Amino acid sequence: MPLSSSAIRANLLLLRGGCGLFVSSRLASSAMLSTRPYKLHKLESGPASEAQVTSDEARKYYRDMATVRRMETAAGNLYKEKAIRGFCHLYSGQEACCVGMEAVLDRNDPVITAYRAHGWTYTRGVPVKAVLSELTGRASGCAKGKGGSMHMYNHNFYGGNGIVGAQVPLGAGIAFAQKYREDKRVCVTLYGDGAANQGQVFEAFNMAKLWDLPCIFVCENNKYGMGTAVERAAASTAYYTRGDYIPGLWVDAMDVITVREATRFAKDWCLSGKGPILLEMETYRYHGHSMSDPGTSYRTREEVQSMRQMRDPIASFRQTLLTAELVAEEELKEIDQSVRKEVDEAVQAAKTNAVPDPKELYTNVYSQPPSGQPNYRIRGIDQFTWSAN
Amino acid sequence: YLIPLSSSHYPVNQTTMHRPSLSACQLILRSFGRSGGNIVASRRFASSMNVRDALNSAMREEIERDPNVFLMGEEVAQYEGAYKVSKGLWKLMGDKRVIDTPITEMGFAGLAVGAAMAGLRPICEFMTFNFSMQAIDHVINSAAKTYYMSAGDVKVPIVFRGPNGAAAGVAAQHSQDFASWYSHCPGLKVVSPWNSEDARGLLKAAIRDNDPVVCLENEMMYGVSFEVSPECESKDFLIPIGKAKIEIPGNHISLISYGKFVGLCVEAAAELAKEGIQCEVLNLRTLRPLDEEAIVKSVMKTHHVVTVESCWPQCGMGAEIAARIMESQAFDYLDAPLTRMTGADVPMPYAQALEAAALPQVADIVRVVRRTLNRAAK
Repeated sequence: MPLSSSAIRANLLLLRGGCGLFVSSRLASSAMLSTRPYKLHKLESGPASEAQVTSDEARKYYRDMATVRRMETAAGNLYKEKAIRGFCHLYSGQEACCVGMEAVLDRNDPVITAYRAHGWTYTRGVPVKAVLSELTGRASGCAKGKGGSMHMYNHNFYGGNGIVGAQVPLGAGIAFAQKYREDKRVCVTLYGDGAANQGQVFEAFNMAKLWDLPCIFVCENNKYGMGTAVERAAASTAYYTRGDYIPGLWVDAMDVITVREATRFAKDWCLSGKGPILLEMETYRYHGHSMSDPGTSYRTREEVQSMRQMRDPIASFRQTLLTAELVAEEELKEIDQSVRKEVDEAVQAAKTNAVPDPKELYTNVYSQPPSGQPNYRIRGIDQFTWSAN
Repeated sequence: YLIPLSSSHYPVNQTTMHRPSLSACQLILRSFGRSGGNIVASRRFASSMNVRDALNSAMREEIERDPNVFLMGEEVAQYEGAYKVSKGLWKLMGDKRVIDTPITEMGFAGLAVGAAMAGLRPICEFMTFNFSMQAIDHVINSAAKTYYMSAGDVKVPIVFRGPNGAAAGVAAQHSQDFASWYSHCPGLKVVSPWNSEDARGLLKAAIRDNDPVVCLENEMMYGVSFEVSPECESKDFLIPIGKAKIEIPGNHISLISYGKFVGLCVEAAAELAKEGIQCEVLNLRTLRPLDEEAIVKSVMKTHHVVTVESCWPQCGMGAEIAARIMESQAFDYLDAPLTRMTGADVPMPYAQALEAAALPQVADIVRVVRRTLNRAAK
């Protein structure tokens, strides 16, 4: 909630669409917004309780969250139309987490996450069109249609991983590589409340702490591991403490600025050579675990609706911006319209773009043929069926 | 004119102080010498090297050559390797390049794969491949499949290496041969050295390969010495991945094998040569991709084939080779069905005689060859 605005300066606001109307309003160019309280584990102090947010930043965060929301809604609809097959895990409700973290990360900080990855794929620089096309299995998908929902990648984005918890040692390994090369970067390694009980997660914690790896472990706790509420799966649901010897922070991840400041704190922590840190992002997913799960057999509709009404990250940020007079309502509407247009176009492309060439079945198995078999062919479904050379 | 072999045994602890029936090269060299064979006489031998030193020198050279290469595993650094394969490397290279891990295979294999995705070139040692089962999700789902799933975005230039198969008396949970499991999976290259030259050339090729490579060694071979050619000692000595080698050419029957069992085939060949049976011993060297061309060519020449491995019978390497022969033109050249000699279809027992009966021995190979060629048992 905004406390007060800083000195207000008049801004010129140009309505998009080129109608030529100039509207000037007394909007702030920046505001001090307060963050929601944190909980600390083995930390003397935590992130800032308030932070400067410029109107440009505000617009970007709003736009990115709105894009993820609309993209995920579109994905859900495409799935119901059977244009998307297999697994589809939607991020709706969790937008503040990826957008807030990306506000502090840059494209040189690698990120790795699990299968609820579409939001991260977008914030890591993959356009909506490429995400949706990948979901519908088109050649224009970010993995040429060969990866699908759980296997989307980009520069310094290592997916998209289907095996629960596997991405955590992988992330520790990416951080290891950074330390090895003396890159001044952090690796963000995300996992869910379900994965938090995996043995390999603790194996990764051990090595990360032992070797001072610059890894930010992030538990996106959306309260349910598939259909199992956290209380039924974990002897301790204080996920931010479960790194034990790794300091931790609990973050109310329904607020994008709160997430941003926690990430800033964590990044500074790692880069100052203090080793890994663990962030628990307490968040919520509106949809079921995946499109196969209605999400109402293990929680009440009232709970879901209450979260949507009272704690939605986009609606509450919108309110914050309006109250702080950082962005005008017309502009937010305009962003909404622009996002809608972008996603609608992406949906069209995802439905109509070409499917992969059949020869793609056989490509990218090896990055180079075996050194003794330069003409190595890949076998198809019988001994008469082969990749072309 | 034959240079005598000296088998230098590296000082190791008692459990690995087993001298296998292999000084096969010694036997075969002598027998060929007597019968006037000139297969090996034409080779120029530079020196003798055991498999352990071959692996050690390969890793040392590759770590020196490329700053991104490093070794990690249990006891590889300060203990100098559970089987001393990495002896001296940590003292030479330091903490950054030779890293001791906690006993957490799933964790450190995953960490190694992540490091490879991020551009380093790890050599991830499993103390034995039995323990790789705890980490196999990372070998397959994280390493083997990632280049494909990412449509060529993310390479995984990692080597997983370590001893595979039975040692001596280590019983059921420590004796499994994983050749079949790993060579099943696309996205991996799988090699299995027999002798020192194989070990040096294949491991170097594996480390320089940009895809995940599984290198299946055998503990019983570590202490065995072989003559190596001058070429083998070159820092850039590489053996092509996907090419088998005819260790001994022959016209009557093909013995196809990999790893330690190539040595048993060589010994069996020597014994059978005394009764005029010429065995062609084909050392596969690479299990994925198999050198099908070499297999087919050999069988077309000899019309008879026996495969030898320590995998269990069902879905083992012999099963795959049999299928390939069936599917190829070699099928029409067979004068007898293929015989696959494998581990017995049981978990490995401890008692020595039982253990011996659970794996093909030289006498078994000799017997099977005679049977395949319809010769009377001696």
